[in-house]
Amino acid sequence: MSDVVERTLSALPGLLGQHDPGAGPGGAGGPGRVSASSRLGSLIRSITALTSKHEEEKLIQQELTSLKATVSAPSTTLRLMKECMVRLIYCEMLGYESSFGYIHAIKLAQQGNLLEKRVGYLAVSLFLHENHELLLLLVNTVVKDLQSTNLVEVCMALTVVSQIFPREMIPAVLPLIEDKLQHSKEIIRRKAVQALYKFYLIAPNQVQHIHDKFRKALCDRDAGVMAASLHIYLQMIKENSSGYKDLTGSFVTILKQVVGGKLSADFNYHSVPAPWLQIQLLRILGLLGKDDPRTSELMYDVLDESLRRAEINHNITYAILFECVQTIYTIHPKSELLEKAAKCIGKFVLSPKINLKYLGLKALTYVIQQDPNLALQHQMTIIECLDHPDPIIKRETLELLYRITNGQNVIVIVQKMLDYLKEGQEEYAIISLVGKIAELWFIQTMNAVFSVGGDVVHSDIPNNFLRLLAEGFDDEKEDHQLRVYAVQSYLALLEEEDKLYPQKFLQVMSWVLGEYFSLVTDVDPEVILTKLHSLLKKTFVTSETKAWIMAAVTKIASHTSCSKTVDEIIQELSSSLDTCLRQYAFELKHLCEDKALMKSLLPFDASCSDLVVDASLSFLDGFVAEGLAHGAAPYKPHHQRQEEKLSQEKALNFEPYGLSFASSVSSSGVTGRQSPTGLSFGSDISGNSAETGHKETNTLKLEGVRKLWGKEGYLPKKENKTGKENEPQAVPCGSLLAGQVGEAPALRPEQGASLSEEDKEKQQLASTLFIGLGASAGVSLMGKADTATQKFKRKSKITETQQLSEEASDFQNSAASNFDPLLDTVPDNVEDSEGSVHTGLRKGSPSSSDTVEDNLAFETPQSLRKSVLDDRISANRLSQSSLFADSNIEIFQPSSSAQCESASETPLVPSLPEELEELPHSEVVGLCQSDALALHLCKVWTDDSLLLIVFVSNKTTAALHAVNLILESATSHFPVIEAQSVEHCQKCVRMNKVCTQAILPASVSYQSEMETCLEFSVTLSLMDFIRPMEMTTEDFGKLWLSLSNDVKQNIKMSPCQDSLSAALDTLQQKLKLHRVDVIGNEGILACQLLPSVPCLLHCRTHSGMLALWFRSPCAALPDGLLYQCQKVMEES
Amino acid sequence: MIKFFLMVNKQGQTRLSRYYEHVEINKRTVLEAEVIKNCLSRSKDECSFVEYKDFKLVYRQYAALFIVVGIDQTENEMAVYELIHNFVEVLDKYFSRVSEFGLMYHKILQEILKTCCCTDLFLRQFFQPYFCYI
Repeated sequence: MSDVVERTLSALPGLLGQHDPGAGPGGAGGPGRVSASSRLGSLIRSITALTSKHEEEKLIQQELTSLKATVSAPSTTLRLMKECMVRLIYCEMLGYESSFGYIHAIKLAQQGNLLEKRVGYLAVSLFLHENHELLLLLVNTVVKDLQSTNLVEVCMALTVVSQIFPREMIPAVLPLIEDKLQHSKEIIRRKAVQALYKFYLIAPNQVQHIHDKFRKALCDRDAGVMAASLHIYLQMIKENSSGYKDLTGSFVTILKQVVGGKLSADFNYHSVPAPWLQIQLLRILGLLGKDDPRTSELMYDVLDESLRRAEINHNITYAILFECVQTIYTIHPKSELLEKAAKCIGKFVLSPKINLKYLGLKALTYVIQQDPNLALQHQMTIIECLDHPDPIIKRETLELLYRITNGQNVIVIVQKMLDYLKEGQEEYAIISLVGKIAELWFIQTMNAVFSVGGDVVHSDIPNNFLRLLAEGFDDEKEDHQLRVYAVQSYLALLEEEDKLYPQKFLQVMSWVLGEYFSLVTDVDPEVILTKLHSLLKKTFVTSETKAWIMAAVTKIASHTSCSKTVDEIIQELSSSLDTCLRQYAFELKHLCEDKALMKSLLPFDASCSDLVVDASLSFLDGFVAEGLAHGAAPYKPHHQRQEEKLSQEKALNFEPYGLSFASSVSSSGVTGRQSPTGLSFGSDISGNSAETGHKETNTLKLEGVRKLWGKEGYLPKKENKTGKENEPQAVPCGSLLAGQVGEAPALRPEQGASLSEEDKEKQQLASTLFIGLGASAGVSLMGKADTATQKFKRKSKITETQQLSEEASDFQNSAASNFDPLLDTVPDNVEDSEGSVHTGLRKGSPSSSDTVEDNLAFETPQSLRKSVLDDRISANRLSQSSLFADSNIEIFQPSSSAQCESASETPLVPSLPEELEELPHSEVVGLCQSDALALHLCKVWTDDSLLLIVFVSNKTTAALHAVNLILESATSHFPVIEAQSVEHCQKCVRMNKVCTQAILPASVSYQSEMETCLEFSVTLSLMDFIRPMEMTTEDFGKLWLSLSNDVKQNIKMSPCQDSLSAALDTLQQKLKLHRVDVIGNEGILACQLLPSVPCLLHCRTHSGMLALWFRSPCAALPDGLLYQCQKVMEES
Repeated sequence: MIKFFLMVNKQGQTRLSRYYEHVEINKRTVLEAEVIKNCLSRSKDECSFVEYKDFKLVYRQYAALFIVVGIDQTENEMAVYELIHNFVEVLDKYFSRVSEFGLMYHKILQEILKTCCCTDLFLRQFFQPYFCYI
């Protein structure tokens, strides 16, 4: 090796000595060369002399023009070309493009002698980038040079390959370079390794087969080759550390040798042996030892040695120490080493040298997650760094604080971050810091963040903020306060007429105002409307923001009787040029005409309730049927249309034109309504769906509108309210300061004695910043990283019901109108429905029930009624079935003695009244609660109805007056609820239209200090309405033949329930189906949908599959049941 | 990873630049101007590492000449800081005095450019593995 160095060194003056032509190789510089090189010199000199950028530009352009002429002249010699190339490089380096010279650079590399080739290669590697098309022209030259017998040429080729090479041409040179790994000269071997490293970076799979050779390179007797191979290993271990564990020993040995000074002194830098090599090795060890105690064991010694050896005070040893510390904290911990590393960090942090302090802070930030106590040790230093004049140090300190943020110190830390933000840093810093603050959010803080951060804030942040606000925390009261505060603060902000706010902030404001304006009772909605109106008129507001504002206006309008401002807005925007806004205005106008509708459409604080989307668009079926009836072509999916188009192009159409109306209708059932779950619809179902759809267009149209409604509602609604989260409790700053000063765990005793005011202040700050980091809190802080990330990635605990609703949405129409409480069904309504396919469904009405019973001739089940019912209830039930009177809602007054007792014993745990206790019923579940009252629900499945028992418990110590419970449209009124007592009311519900799940909106209002209204909803499932139906096999057979709607489906049976009886058991238990008979591998089951729509099920097993065959007079019922069956079978 | 290597004089003029990730020429000028502004505005008692966008700048001043290296987050700042010094020492050794004037006068620049690409051929003992990045 040394001979090469010597040789090259001796050649160096020749290469360099252009200022002294005599010393050049061969001394034949000649006048041309001198003039050329002095031309570069004079160019540089004249540029240095210039003062303005403009002059420089002029000069360079001049130079480039002359260069262009020279290089393209055919008479230009290669030597002259070389000089031109050097000047071109210089121009390009100053930022002036000289693309005309690129091709000449390649030519020079191709044709020149050694020196010219060298400049050519250099120019190529500087001018071109990886994907440049000209680079392909270089490949041949490289291949030629790699095969050259001249070492220098081979070197040059390898050098250029290790810098720039087209990926697709790697195979062309790879074998040549592989050969070079065995070359006798180490310099060639090393360069070959570097070239392969480059290949590994750009195309890892191309060099996969030479991994063995890399190992050989690692063990090369020349340290340079070994060092080069480390780069490849660092990269490979980064991607897959487990594959190289066996090499740990080798790396440790190498590091030991390096640290021990076994390398030649050539590698020393300020008498430190190969420092960069050490750093490289330490990184590799860190990656290998991570989470691996056994591998870590191997490296403890050498790490200790590295720490010890690096005790000379020099920057480079600090760099090594830093790397050591990082490695020690990355690998499996060993207490001795940790101690030493901690000492090292301490030395860094306390150092007066600013660069070292920075390094110390960086190290501290890294290790703080493992060992929060270290932060406590250095807390005073950290506080000082926080006020350091150097913003970079400050920022690093904030980074550190960010890692130790917990529930108790969040406020102080966020405050510090905001202070930093206000100092006005460049955009990038703002973005990253804003992201951090958003995690540690608080409303006021958010306001400041939005105004400072403005539109560069990532759009997730406002969304998350709104979601947080909408879903709230565990505590209703706190939510309320928070929302009121938000509304008030935004109103105050909008008070300032001409202030410009970022768009995102305005959007947030308008959403909050629209959603929660009514919480602030002392402000007239009209005032808010005026403010929003004036915003709408501003020119700086983008149309997206305007849409948000309009949505807010609509929401507010729905809660006010009539507003002049709203009318004004409608009028103004109806002629707006923006179609979107115009649409909003029209919607608003129509909604204003129908207040009741508007109210139901835009319920208060419903942003968290689930929206059920009818993906199958079944409410359009009527429209489709009408269209078909008028001769429209049935819808065909895109691919089908294309296929048809193709086939039509190829062949003549022999079909007669314009025929068969009937077939088109039936086909609509199949093609028009594609069932995402793959349920099969019989062809006759289409008629039904079209008809029902037609019947319902009047009411269902509204749901369509609601679905289209504003984006602001859309976003948060996707999440379920039930997702609770462990947001740190906001502790008021003041109390925190006061409470913690004395007991701050980390105050060092020696600091306590005599403290200046300033110091005290600092200590106070320290105690607020480092609160919760003490030994006791250490454990929780270890998990800090988790909680910090959790804060925003809130687990949206989607309840099962919601999933259900999503999955089932295909045949499920929108929620609210599906369930009509019995009292809604006024007789006319029943008349209407007579003769529809759904007659069976409406069995509750006296007129139709007779006919159904006559037709179907099956027994109404009596057996289930064996359970004794209270007289009152049964009487009640009788009245239910005959009349749909308001008596359905019964209010049990507390005067009933038994109830009174039970209520006083367990005041807030409601229990069912005795007479209902014996019936099958669900558990009592909480619906919602405020600070004054709690609502609980219990479903009682009597054998002919579903009773919803709603318990209202008064949690306060005073009586509540005028409590109104509105369930759907029925109101029950409690004049007074005594303190700590429970009232309940019951309501009979039935299913008007079959769907798998529905949500019943409800609300309760009460009078405490002021009128308060709580909204909630009751989720009902199809299974709430399914009852077993007892019948004989004979009856089954008769009924089976009389039913037309059938659905068949094969479902896979899990191995644990492969026998038919097991499957039937599951269905019987979970779905309340009655098992009629079992013959061989076939079984029949029967059930009814309340009041008495039968559904028959025929099951057959064959080769692990369960074939289900449903029949029912109601078209939708089999689908719903099939879905439930599938679910049950999957679960079991 | 090292992203770029700049030599700038006190007036903010680029004297030498070398990019190890492709950056378009017109963007280079803008980038350099910003980088220089960031470094020149700092006083001597502030630390030599600057966060800039998503990477870091490590700079070192030699008389009227600044050397600025752009690195990514994984790099060890202090090691790069010393690398700059190593580089300058090498220049010093082979080209006598390193200053902007000296650089220009001796037309060393041309050689430094070469150096950047083939250091390990001539100056191996100084430019250790680090320059494999380059």
